[in-house]
Amino acid sequence: MVIELGHYLVLASMLFTIGVIGVFLNRENVIIILMSLELILLSISINLVAFSSFLNDSSGQIFSLFILTVAAGEAAIGLAILVVYFRNVGNIEVDQINKMSG
Amino acid sequence: MFPVLLFYIFSLAIIASALMVIFSKQPINSVLFLIFSFINAAGIFLLAGAEFLALIMVIVYVGAVAVLFLFVIMMLDFNPDTIKKEVGKHLYVGLFIGFILFLEIILMMYSPELFSYEYQIVGNTVKTSLTNTEILGNLIYTEYFLQFQISGFILLVAMIGAIVLTLRHRDYVRRQIVSDQVARDPKLSIELVDIKLKIRK
Repeated sequence: MVIELGHYLVLASMLFTIGVIGVFLNRENVIIILMSLELILLSISINLVAFSSFLNDSSGQIFSLFILTVAAGEAAIGLAILVVYFRNVGNIEVDQINKMSG
Repeated sequence: MFPVLLFYIFSLAIIASALMVIFSKQPINSVLFLIFSFINAAGIFLLAGAEFLALIMVIVYVGAVAVLFLFVIMMLDFNPDTIKKEVGKHLYVGLFIGFILFLEIILMMYSPELFSYEYQIVGNTVKTSLTNTEILGNLIYTEYFLQFQISGFILLVAMIGAIVLTLRHRDYVRRQIVSDQVARDPKLSIELVDIKLKIRK
């Protein structure tokens, strides 16, 4: 009994689906939406690492490293925007963000 | 046999903690489950033979991103009870979309050959004397050097953007302005006053 490629792919697809459901589910809390985006990026990283390991080619791990970079930048910018929005408005409900002007 | 057992344990932990991330009522619990999920993903990476990436995962995600989330949640100080959970309205839409998406992904990659011996992960079979870190370093500094520089630039822009967005000057906080201090003229700020002395009797 060995670990095959399909196991990794099924795990990544389940994680991706959970992340997408999380974006739909938590319409009131932007922080959990950002966490769901992190889960989605994690599932992509698992896919890349699995294929890199399966094809014996380390380029996939490099791309996973770049995804890590982009995820860190995205979390920093998203949370900064969230802090500014909370400072001006006082709540972080997504349904009311469309009332912003500009 | 033992790696397979480890794989299933890590996978179950990842899926369970990811579900707890999106279904938890308190955002702080969500962050802690996110940390647990990332640690288990590092275990999955170790099983696939990507040691460097696994440890970077722990350092970057658990050490930086999750702490950033925790920091923002504690700084914003919003009351989670006041956020009305309209779960019923969005739950069915989310589950419907998610089910369709999962079905699409599974159907797209469905082939029984994926679960055969032919497609097994060969990451643990070391064919060179180089370690994983050395291989990644050789690739990053030669073939992917431009992309590496661009990713560093992305981090710089993200840092500057976050600072610019959140920086604010409050009027009631006294600040030191060094240039004003240095530029002061002694002739203007020091006044010599003649004091008439009286002889005390």
